[in-house]
Amino acid sequence: MLDHKALARYLIALADDELILGHRNSEWTGHAPILEEDIAFANLALDEIGHSRLWYELAADLLGEDRARFPDRQVFLRPAEEFRNLQLVELPRGDWAFSMLRQYLFDVFEQHRLAGLSESTQASLAEVAARIRTEEIYHLRHTRAWVTRLGLGTEESNRRMQAALDALWPYARGLGGALPGEAGLPAGVVPDSAALYEAWLAEVSAFLAEAGLTIQPGSPDLQSPISRADHSSDFAALIEEMQSVARLDPEATW
Amino acid sequence: MVMSKPAATRPSEAEIWEALSQVPDPEMPFVNLVEMGIVRELGWQGGRLQVTITPTFAACPAYEVMQAEILAALAALGLAGAEVLVSHNPPWTSEWISAEARQKLKDAGLAPPPRHQGDLLGVLMDPVPCPRCGSEQTSLRNSFGTTPCRMIYTCNDCKEPFEMFKPL
Repeated sequence: MLDHKALARYLIALADDELILGHRNSEWTGHAPILEEDIAFANLALDEIGHSRLWYELAADLLGEDRARFPDRQVFLRPAEEFRNLQLVELPRGDWAFSMLRQYLFDVFEQHRLAGLSESTQASLAEVAARIRTEEIYHLRHTRAWVTRLGLGTEESNRRMQAALDALWPYARGLGGALPGEAGLPAGVVPDSAALYEAWLAEVSAFLAEAGLTIQPGSPDLQSPISRADHSSDFAALIEEMQSVARLDPEATW
Repeated sequence: MVMSKPAATRPSEAEIWEALSQVPDPEMPFVNLVEMGIVRELGWQGGRLQVTITPTFAACPAYEVMQAEILAALAALGLAGAEVLVSHNPPWTSEWISAEARQKLKDAGLAPPPRHQGDLLGVLMDPVPCPRCGSEQTSLRNSFGTTPCRMIYTCNDCKEPFEMFKPL
């Protein structure tokens, strides 16, 4: 018997990751180093936010909520402490190397997770995962190219990428933690996060090494993943800004 | 309460498809929602028409406009109270775009998505002919473009930039 509430909690956490990463990427609009990347990051942001909406809608179906209104309520009216995104995605956007590397690290993990989810025994979940997975091919193609280009580019681009990796790596361990609700789901509904983490770690380790980037010794400790209930000090400001317009008039029709 | 028409006076299925074929894509008005493969199925539920659509890209901002325009076209046929259902099973693919729509995209200066038969990464390695001069000497400028479904190229022969509808 499928625990609908557990699966909804899982999907809301996935949606929160996509939403917050999309929001951080949207901050590059008008600020990226070149026009092409301005357009690219705006599109990455739009895609991730679009994907979050698909997951929120699916969660709404499982909870018997109105799928037309549920996503906006989750995004614009939920208190910051109820968000379940990774700290990895909420960190301030940093320099462009930081945002690009974060997107790459997230995209690889997402490809592994979407591959698992598109085999889910829960048909509605598998369908949405399949939709998102093909779109994400374009993200990964883009971020892989840039990680290589910047890692092997100039002394400065390599230095900035290495600094980004050093800063991001401790947060990447959050990827391997079980998602909310995951433990309560029967086998075959969602892939095991710890197994995805192993596949992710193998792939990114090899790829980053080829891009001239070094993972600092002291691999992330999977035994103590950062809880998705804990947020960094910058998160409250992000939520306050994101929700500021909606909170002026929560009943407004858009 | 929604008043449904008796079956005898309902428009025929062909008439409904014809009306839907007049609904332009909000961002590419030179093609319609049927030939783009977005409108998938018609069905009746308790006297109400149900139109199943499969949105293209998840974040397509035109998606809500499409639903409103479909309902408006049906209302004009006397089918008030129709319903638009959204299905991702199977997910939309650019393989569903008809040959006529591909030609219209090209005529509008937008390179149609190459047929990929599931091998998206493979087909992205192939040259993309310029929709203006036909040259295969073109360069990818950006995998992302002015909408989620486009990428930007430049033609090395006629020197014009152009967009391609992304294969999906």
